[in-house]
Amino acid sequence: MIPTSFDYKKANSVEEALSMLGDDTQILGGGHSLIPALKLRLNSPGTLVDISKISSIKEISDGGDSIAIGGGATHASIANDKSLDQYCPMMGQAAREIGDIQVRNVGTIGGSIAHADPAADWPAILLAADARIVVQNKNGSREIAADQFFKGFFETALEEGEIITAIHIPKSQKNSNSCYVKFKQPASRFAIVGVAAAVEMDGSVVKSARLGLTGVGEFAYRATAIENALTGKPLNETTINEVVQNATENTNVMSDHFASEKYRAHLANVYLKRALRKLG
Amino acid sequence: MANKISINVNGKMHTGAIEARKLLSDYLREDLSLTGTHIGCDTSSCGACTIHLDGKAVKSCTILAVQADGCSVTTVEGLATNGELHPIQEGFKEEHGLQCGFCTPGMMMTATDLLKSNPNPSEQEIRDALEGNFCRCTGYHNIVKSIQYAAKKMA
Repeated sequence: MIPTSFDYKKANSVEEALSMLGDDTQILGGGHSLIPALKLRLNSPGTLVDISKISSIKEISDGGDSIAIGGGATHASIANDKSLDQYCPMMGQAAREIGDIQVRNVGTIGGSIAHADPAADWPAILLAADARIVVQNKNGSREIAADQFFKGFFETALEEGEIITAIHIPKSQKNSNSCYVKFKQPASRFAIVGVAAAVEMDGSVVKSARLGLTGVGEFAYRATAIENALTGKPLNETTINEVVQNATENTNVMSDHFASEKYRAHLANVYLKRALRKLG
Repeated sequence: MANKISINVNGKMHTGAIEARKLLSDYLREDLSLTGTHIGCDTSSCGACTIHLDGKAVKSCTILAVQADGCSVTTVEGLATNGELHPIQEGFKEEHGLQCGFCTPGMMMTATDLLKSNPNPSEQEIRDALEGNFCRCTGYHNIVKSIQYAAKKMA
């Protein structure tokens, strides 16, 4: 399959990339969402601006109270990062289950969240992690909370002419007690249902929780009613069975040939329970 | 618009002008006649097109050739040295690791990347590493044995 013709510009810095963006341009990161779309001719930009060679946005570094992951960091580099395993284990767990080794070696976290596939893993995790997404535009940079970033079906708060330069993962008590579980589509390994859970405990009682779900609705969301119901309760089997119900309320549950609406809604509760059991 | 590229493939520099939309898999097969890299699903699932880009296993059907400008590429043709089979190639021969052979180049490229980072993988680690390479003859059992043969030989 061959994409339609386009021009190609390679950027060596974020500033250079921003200067190359304009009408009918599209940003090329790892390309593992964009190139398949170009090949299927679902997308036919006039110019691609390649940001995959910009080394300054590939690093994962310790930012004091958070871990800063460059927008161009590959899934493989996140999977192999020891500090993330320590401060936010759900990041590595998710990274190691994205696609396969070859895909993880090229695909990037920034590219994935900019694309915002409703079945991608990262949106659920960034919601649960209370991540902050740093984007740069010609006027400077701005931070977007994950809660405000995912807006709809393949829709985000990113504006034209903006590049995701970093994702900040807070070093919180919640994130240090976190996990990601998913029921995956066996060929693509996208999530049919993916659940990210981060729970802060006060002794045996839940102090606060953030629960992100992906693959279920038109975009990733938090199960806030269940987060609230968990708070103040012991994290045990009785609580989990009592609290985890209707994980899909207020969500337009998707249906496809892999999983019907009813089955997906059922799986959302099952995987939410599995995630919480791992943290209890 | 033609784009000038310069790529080191199997130790040899290749320069040329290509269309930006040309996929790396097509560049290797059509422009360089290196047809060992196979195109199976063409949707980054099957792994038949796996090559090494700067030493890492990647799916060449999902990378533009222009993106490989300045990079070093190894294809299955680059495994043997001076006519002598690479241990992974010898392993596939000795352990009957191929039936139809279509998936074999991709399998070998993923396996050699695995053995670089994990020279003595367990059977499970080998199977996990092959999750992005499909064998439609379902000959996985002997593929795993072939990789174990290579690991032993290279130890």
